[in-house]
Amino acid sequence: MSVVFELGEISLFGWGALRGFFAQRSRFAKLTLGIHEIGVRCFPIIATVGLFTGLVMGLQLYYTLVKFGAESALGTAVALSLIRELGPVLTALMVVGQAGSAMASELGIQRNDEQIDALQTMSIDPLGFLVGPRLVATLICFPILTAIFDLIGIFGGYLTGSLLLNVDSGVYWNRVFESVTWADVQGGYIKAIVFGLLTITICAYRGYNTHRKASFPGVRGVSESATRAVVWSSVTVLAADYLITSFLL
Amino acid sequence: MDSFLKIRGLKKYFGDKRVLDGIDLDVAAASVTTIIGKSGIGKSVLLKCIANLLEADAGTIELDGQAISQSRRSAHSDTGVSFSYMFQNNALFDSLTAFENVALPLREASKLNKVEIQERVDKMLAYLELSDSADRYPGELSGGMKKRVALGRALITKPQVVLFDEPTTGLDPERKFSVFEMIANYRERFGFTALLVSHDIPEVFEISDRVAWLDEGRIKFFGKPEDLNTDAQSALSGFLSKANYGPKSSPLNGGNK
Repeated sequence: MSVVFELGEISLFGWGALRGFFAQRSRFAKLTLGIHEIGVRCFPIIATVGLFTGLVMGLQLYYTLVKFGAESALGTAVALSLIRELGPVLTALMVVGQAGSAMASELGIQRNDEQIDALQTMSIDPLGFLVGPRLVATLICFPILTAIFDLIGIFGGYLTGSLLLNVDSGVYWNRVFESVTWADVQGGYIKAIVFGLLTITICAYRGYNTHRKASFPGVRGVSESATRAVVWSSVTVLAADYLITSFLL
Repeated sequence: MDSFLKIRGLKKYFGDKRVLDGIDLDVAAASVTTIIGKSGIGKSVLLKCIANLLEADAGTIELDGQAISQSRRSAHSDTGVSFSYMFQNNALFDSLTAFENVALPLREASKLNKVEIQERVDKMLAYLELSDSADRYPGELSGGMKKRVALGRALITKPQVVLFDEPTTGLDPERKFSVFEMIANYRERFGFTALLVSHDIPEVFEISDRVAWLDEGRIKFFGKPEDLNTDAQSALSGFLSKANYGPKSSPLNGGNK
């Protein structure tokens, strides 16, 4: 019962933040800061993880496919795995680790330091001011970061498959372009947007409600909020991935 | 006395702990009322209930004759009375400069244009002797400067009611006096009603029109500062003597202990 209640609370929290954002002043400036926090700061880690994921996939899939004499299908396997599944999921997990935990901690500290109360006394909607821009930035950044992850990952697969293990590069890229359809890309984007909204809402919710949700007050409460934000966001991404995939397939 | 802020039977519990147990308080318009009492007795809780940051469990709060809704965030805007709150730990935004912190309520919640905001904030910073530190972040300011920034932010909107939660905590005696002086000057200039929580006894009595002593969840003394010494309540006398306040120490009597 409490889970249902909490889900409802999180949904209302996210809705309140989105609605609050459109009632804010200087929306563009706030949105730019949100994009910097979620998009720009996360880019290096997304690019790095994307590259290594592609490199490892190139290796693993090659040695699996070669057993069946199907190493020419490496491009297809790498591209579809990344675009349909690994790209959106790993991007979401990386953003949670980088931006989500920082956001939960920052909001928790702002709660403990009474900055959120201060906004309320100044007749400024704290949700729209602090959380809204980050949620809207999420809608913009997650699909872009996912696309970057996918592209770099596919390139990583090419590096191990073609340059290291001698799969013909023309065959690799031809299989990539042949096998990937618009429906695959669309599915990946749907997942990216859903994961983005879920993770950032959960992280913001945990930080914003540190005073109510954490077992301890003060610094320990903030640390607990950040940890729970990361854990629950990650679990939610994997659960949502299963649900969305079963609808899309 | 005409009450601008009228509190009746205000109760607030945290679990089984009864913090406010039927507060009755009348605050006159454009006056300074200071709430004194032991640490942890519920003074800040009372201010937060008035500011609608905490929901009271029972009782009513009226502002200028209109009840504040305890269930709505926009309660104060319903009454048409502008409010401000100066927090004990300043509650400044670390990512904003001193100028931006003071300008925040104007930028986000007023109809003033950029030029008007700039002028008003510049004036306020000059008055608070913070012009040279306008571009510095809170982390680069001393404790006293942070207090003044918080004071500037609380007063920049020219509010009708200002709640001060221990505005001089952590300041040296000279700065304490200057903060009290600023509150008194601004009160005279803008005519706001001030409700102040302070442990700075007897200094705070200099600017107080009324003093309310909170004990065991209730207001057990309410009156003029000069009446404090003649009051026969032993618990109050005990509290005041622990705060080094006696007939000879009262600045109102013109002497020190």
